[in-house]
Amino acid sequence: MNDTTTAVAVDSALDTFPKLLLDRAVRYRDDHAMREKQFGIWQSWTWHELAETVQNFACGLAELGFQRGDKLAIVGDNRPRLYAAMCATQALGGVPVPMYQDSVAKELQFVVDHAEVRFAIGEDQEQVDKLLEIKESCPHLEVLVYDDERGLRGYGFGYLHSYEAVLEKGRARREKDPGFLAGEIAKGKGSDIAIILYTSGTTGNPKGVMLTHDNILITARNATERDELRHDDEVLAYLPMAWVGDNIFSFGQSYVAGFCVNCPESSSTVMHDLREVGPTYFFAPPAIYENLLTNVMIRMDDAAKLKRNVFHYFMGVAKRVGIPLLDGKPVSFTDRLLYRIGDVFIYGPLKNTLGFSRIRIAYTAGEAIGPDIFDFYRSLGINIKQLYGQTEAAVFVTMQPNGEIKPDTVGTPAPQVDIKIAENGEVMYRSPGVFQCYYKNPEATAETKTEDGWVHTGDAGFFDEDGHLKIIDRAKDVGKLNDGSMFAPKFIENKLKFFPEIKEAVAFGNERDYVAAFINIDLEAVGNWAERHNYPYSSYQDLATRREVVDLIEENLRKVNADLAGDPQLSGSQIRRFLVLPKELDADDGELTRTRKVRRRTIAERYESLIDALYSDKERFAMEVQVTFEDGRTGLIKAELDLRDVPTVAPVAKAS
Amino acid sequence: MNDRSNGEVVLDVRNVSLAFGGVKALEDVSFDVREKEIRAIIGPNGAGKSSMLNVINGFYHPQAGEITYKGQTRKQMRTHEAASQGIARTFQNIALFSGMTTLDNIMTGRNLKMKVNLLLQALHVGPARREEMEHRAFVERIIDFLEIQSIRKTVVGRLPYGLQKRVELGRALAAEPDLLLLDEPMAGMNTEEKEDMCRFILDVNDEFGTTIVLIEHDMGVVMDISDRVVVLDYGRKIADGSPDEVRSNEDVIEAYLGVAHE
Repeated sequence: MNDTTTAVAVDSALDTFPKLLLDRAVRYRDDHAMREKQFGIWQSWTWHELAETVQNFACGLAELGFQRGDKLAIVGDNRPRLYAAMCATQALGGVPVPMYQDSVAKELQFVVDHAEVRFAIGEDQEQVDKLLEIKESCPHLEVLVYDDERGLRGYGFGYLHSYEAVLEKGRARREKDPGFLAGEIAKGKGSDIAIILYTSGTTGNPKGVMLTHDNILITARNATERDELRHDDEVLAYLPMAWVGDNIFSFGQSYVAGFCVNCPESSSTVMHDLREVGPTYFFAPPAIYENLLTNVMIRMDDAAKLKRNVFHYFMGVAKRVGIPLLDGKPVSFTDRLLYRIGDVFIYGPLKNTLGFSRIRIAYTAGEAIGPDIFDFYRSLGINIKQLYGQTEAAVFVTMQPNGEIKPDTVGTPAPQVDIKIAENGEVMYRSPGVFQCYYKNPEATAETKTEDGWVHTGDAGFFDEDGHLKIIDRAKDVGKLNDGSMFAPKFIENKLKFFPEIKEAVAFGNERDYVAAFINIDLEAVGNWAERHNYPYSSYQDLATRREVVDLIEENLRKVNADLAGDPQLSGSQIRRFLVLPKELDADDGELTRTRKVRRRTIAERYESLIDALYSDKERFAMEVQVTFEDGRTGLIKAELDLRDVPTVAPVAKAS
Repeated sequence: MNDRSNGEVVLDVRNVSLAFGGVKALEDVSFDVREKEIRAIIGPNGAGKSSMLNVINGFYHPQAGEITYKGQTRKQMRTHEAASQGIARTFQNIALFSGMTTLDNIMTGRNLKMKVNLLLQALHVGPARREEMEHRAFVERIIDFLEIQSIRKTVVGRLPYGLQKRVELGRALAAEPDLLLLDEPMAGMNTEEKEDMCRFILDVNDEFGTTIVLIEHDMGVVMDISDRVVVLDYGRKIADGSPDEVRSNEDVIEAYLGVAHE
């Protein structure tokens, strides 16, 4: 532990990532910096090897004509070589621009064109094909590099190079000109732009958030100290490299604390790899915790009766005892003993199956997490905490300190972060992590960042009595029903989404007479339920339009209404009518962002006739909607839908 | 038109006829396969496509005609000889060991390459251990290639059809074949799975330099990936040439679409 504290102090002279890397390559030389599962085996990279690759690649890029200030676009899954390319770019005073790997060519084109990218690296044929497709229309794009050469050998374009070939050029350059790179690295300063991250945003074109080395390094150092992250920690890098969180957790904090970053074998093996790696520091959006829990519950439902009973008994114990134990509160001797026994038979093996055996700190952010889900993990003894962050802040705005965990708040301000609540209820912050500006978009910068450095989050929230921040909704989404009562759509949607059967929900009600909702069912949970009740179905659409399924959802909505009735401010926004959508809301159709947030405006436009039907007295409605398949082609979905009324509950009079 | 079509002839089928009792499955069929090309055999149901494949890999013995493979002319060859000479195949109706995992299924494809005797293998000692590790490494490359890492340890009986087809291709590849025979690799797949499979076939050809003969019943996809196409109808060859030539051939159109009587 002393190791880190001293490291952080000494490190203040190391003000850029390349400088930090060179230091790590000496300090931790033969310790593991990264691991990647390949050909079924975890292959490791030491800090020394990582630094060598970074330096060779940087020199190779220079040989290909890379200049200071040039941009390198990166598109692919989490791979050590792509992370190395990121640092190599920074070593040359360039700016990496990671992009979402599941973007279609048109989305990549916007970023590549807007950022005036000259160099791009694609992980494999799939990504290179997309880059080639947009090359014509992006005049700045000159050089393409690929990592996995499969299927690419016959391409034969002069501007297309393999990663290996670039490394080779770099080695030659380093031999010829050994002082070159050290000079370039020394030219770098903390105030240089370290990265441009394009935020997917719920409206309009993505904006390029420019963060300096200082922004990321200082924030990463603060968070590392606060959570006492160590050199021997392990993380799993499985979230998109284009997302600021990955840049902090799998890159920034790894360089700062010197811990090892593990890259999964492929996107479909993440859960398996998670179990093999057993990370000690872990981040996941609520959806992932939710999926893991749903899987456990589905499997428990299929288990033999004895096992099921034992499981539920001990989960009851955990619920009562686990959380106080984790928060260091007093617990009776018998309870402690029971919890110990439960740990041997249930919690231990369960945590092992989930890959959470070694977790010291787990974070969730991005969306509200269901209190049941949150408590489930905490009761198992997994220290899961919430944080509130933004790309514009280099992640950390608030974080929950150990021992002060509440399911419905996002914690206290992170180190060196000032927070204030504006008059309209919007949360604003100022910190060393605050971004410089949006790339080539001064209007947007001016809208978001005030001259004295305060950033508008766009979220409405308030501090509770313990100084914890509580976020209700997007400030601009909070509206009013026609009778004047408050309507916070996300608040309602989150309540709906806490049911395992509901994957996504969209609530309408602003300037309307009552609240109505679209529901997306969760295929896995509802499919399993249908199987157990012997309801046959052939497809998602078939399942979603079954009367029994709509009945099931209606039951959930009744519970939500009863729950809302208990809240004096929100009892007016009980859901009056709903329908179950026959297709999943999808980022390919523009209905969700790439980070799976609902795009209200797009949905309101696409489904205008459906919304109108919800505010009429029709009981059935024939809809059709265009969908985009993964390969970019389009098709039409037609369905006959049930529109249901849900009974509302009279507001509960508060007992005095 | 394609430099792959100018390679040396590796397989030459000459005047092959095959009959089961009175039913003539193949009648006087001749065609050749050049090195590193993708050669398709297409035709309507019952045209004799699978019979042709079975003749090539020695499962059926033709009554007339001869086959030259790698310069050796023969009338008959047994299946294990075909296998040891570098011919591997997949089946129209998947023939995997459904109780075994993906990994184990693909490992069986390495069987012919194992040199160590059975006893040592059973005891899993010394050279057998080393050898198994080498084979496992090769199999892992195939798993990576076919992007089936996530089902490595899954029992194949539980996999969906499209993935089973992929595992079967993996097992055929494990034998490091020179000539790969694919019997309707895309049958029963949806469009997306078909496109994936096409890409794998092209990549196999490109990456391992494998010569591929594939049978397809659906013309669309095959035309895009094949260098040359043979068309069979009722056991007879009715056309042979590049996809474009075949597509515009009168007889082919008639066989597939029927022809309007004037």
